[in-house]
Amino acid sequence: MTLALEPQPAPLPAPQPAPPYDLAAVRAEFPILSRVVRGKPLIYLDNSASTQKPRAVLAAITGCYEEFYSNVHRGVHELSMRSTQAHEDARARIARFLNAPSSDEVVFVRGTTEALNLVAWSYGRTVVGAGDRVVVTALEHHSNLVPWQLLCEERGAELAVAPIDDRGELILPELERLLDEPGRPVRIVAAAHVSNALGTVLPIRLLADLAHRAGAVLVVDGAQSAPHMAVDVQALGCDFFAFSGHKVYGPSGIGALWGRAELLAGMPPWQGGGGMIAAVRYSGTTFAPPPQRFEAGTPAIEAALGLAAALDFLDEIGRERVAAWEGELLARATELLSEIPGLRLVGTARDKAAVVSFVLEGVHPHDVATILDGEGIAVRAGHHCAQPLMGRLGVPALTRASFGLYNTLEEVEALAAGLRRVRQVLLGDS
Amino acid sequence: MIGDGDLRELYQEVILDHNRRPRNFGALPAANHRAEGHNPLCGDQVTLFIDVADGTIRDLAFEGSGCAISTASASLMTEALKGRTVDEARALFRGFQELVTVGRAEGAAELGKLEVFGGVRQYPMRVKCATLPWHTLKDALDRPDETP
Repeated sequence: MTLALEPQPAPLPAPQPAPPYDLAAVRAEFPILSRVVRGKPLIYLDNSASTQKPRAVLAAITGCYEEFYSNVHRGVHELSMRSTQAHEDARARIARFLNAPSSDEVVFVRGTTEALNLVAWSYGRTVVGAGDRVVVTALEHHSNLVPWQLLCEERGAELAVAPIDDRGELILPELERLLDEPGRPVRIVAAAHVSNALGTVLPIRLLADLAHRAGAVLVVDGAQSAPHMAVDVQALGCDFFAFSGHKVYGPSGIGALWGRAELLAGMPPWQGGGGMIAAVRYSGTTFAPPPQRFEAGTPAIEAALGLAAALDFLDEIGRERVAAWEGELLARATELLSEIPGLRLVGTARDKAAVVSFVLEGVHPHDVATILDGEGIAVRAGHHCAQPLMGRLGVPALTRASFGLYNTLEEVEALAAGLRRVRQVLLGDS
Repeated sequence: MIGDGDLRELYQEVILDHNRRPRNFGALPAANHRAEGHNPLCGDQVTLFIDVADGTIRDLAFEGSGCAISTASASLMTEALKGRTVDEARALFRGFQELVTVGRAEGAAELGKLEVFGGVRQYPMRVKCATLPWHTLKDALDRPDETP
């Protein structure tokens, strides 16, 4: 038996989770992160709205303009050939990012919104008829709701909305009921992979199986998942997948639609113009095969290259590692914000991306965001382009902090301190 | 209590006080002019009740929900307009709009307590919050008298 003469070591504080990559080095790649806003270092927590850009993206855009810029698919001169090659390489890069079987299945678009409109107007019009049904979820951004609403109005079809529970999770039996109703053939199911307002991750593989069993296709709005997790369209089993460049650390004005080759092949053009034709006669025009069939006009060439550079950047860090770190940020934010009096987290799905939306009792979200802005902290306040969802949640608006691969635990702590400051200013807390 | 210049200018003590304890809050059964205003961007909503007689605002009140700026603006507006003529109210609206957008011209008439909204000008996204009650006022005054 030994005597405990030596002093017992004090219990160690819980170790701070360490980022699985060199966070300081990653941050140094984003020039804007060293900006001072309202006299304070910028703390950027509005990543679900848009992300900041690393030097590699800026260099890709500048390099294109300085070294080989020209229009694509047109000229036989050297610059045009180089631009065309770079543009097609970017398409192939996107195909790899999504694990798409072929880059011919990748259509360049302005962003997720345009991609979803393309599917609605080209595919939707060929398959949705009077009395048919299109199903969306109650979590959708206006961009994955309004195009379907317009389509249904035009076709005399019905738009059905699969409800969510109070955690912000899809109620699957209700969805199945909408899919199985006799006399209401469902042609399209459209769902977000990750909810922009609440961070809920939807079970896409399962939704794909349910949609297919009902004879429908599944269209996935991937705007909020592409930056935060590995996306494999073959494993997900969906039929269309859309995402935006500016939310994956790339430029704005560029995005991609992936669609199954056999579906794209049967779809009519949705915009006419140069670049999408095979042969034009006054008596009629024949169209290029996909993806060019859906790319009328000169594309955003430099933006496509910037997007490819962003995907390289993201994959060099590793999407699994980004997801792991963002998970730590989410856990810490959830813990710290839950301790703030009068603060209620909205959206508590079990599978959730790094988004914290909340209401602070007695304080309007716009005042929250303005006071946080005074602390150099950028968050979003408002209806998050999801007005029907706000109605379902019974709130006029939410404040949302959304994290990206460059955020730190210190920034999460600054958010919590900023929210205590909001209480001091507006509610008179000492 | 707020450290920083612009923010202190925006959330002045008077504004915070009127947000916490809005004056003239509630329905006004005697009102003969009323209107509703919405700011779809943030969900601010205000209903304004005005009792006008012989071109003079005898009484007014408001209901609704919104951010601190819109609530305080409605509250201070109702205080400022009680007993004023309709013409004076319209002139004050113009002066207030100037104050929160381009700033008041040198030598312009004083706006009294309403001057606390001068800081809003530094926050273009919040101008609509401050002017919502005033636009609603104009709406209400432009409508025909509801007196049966």
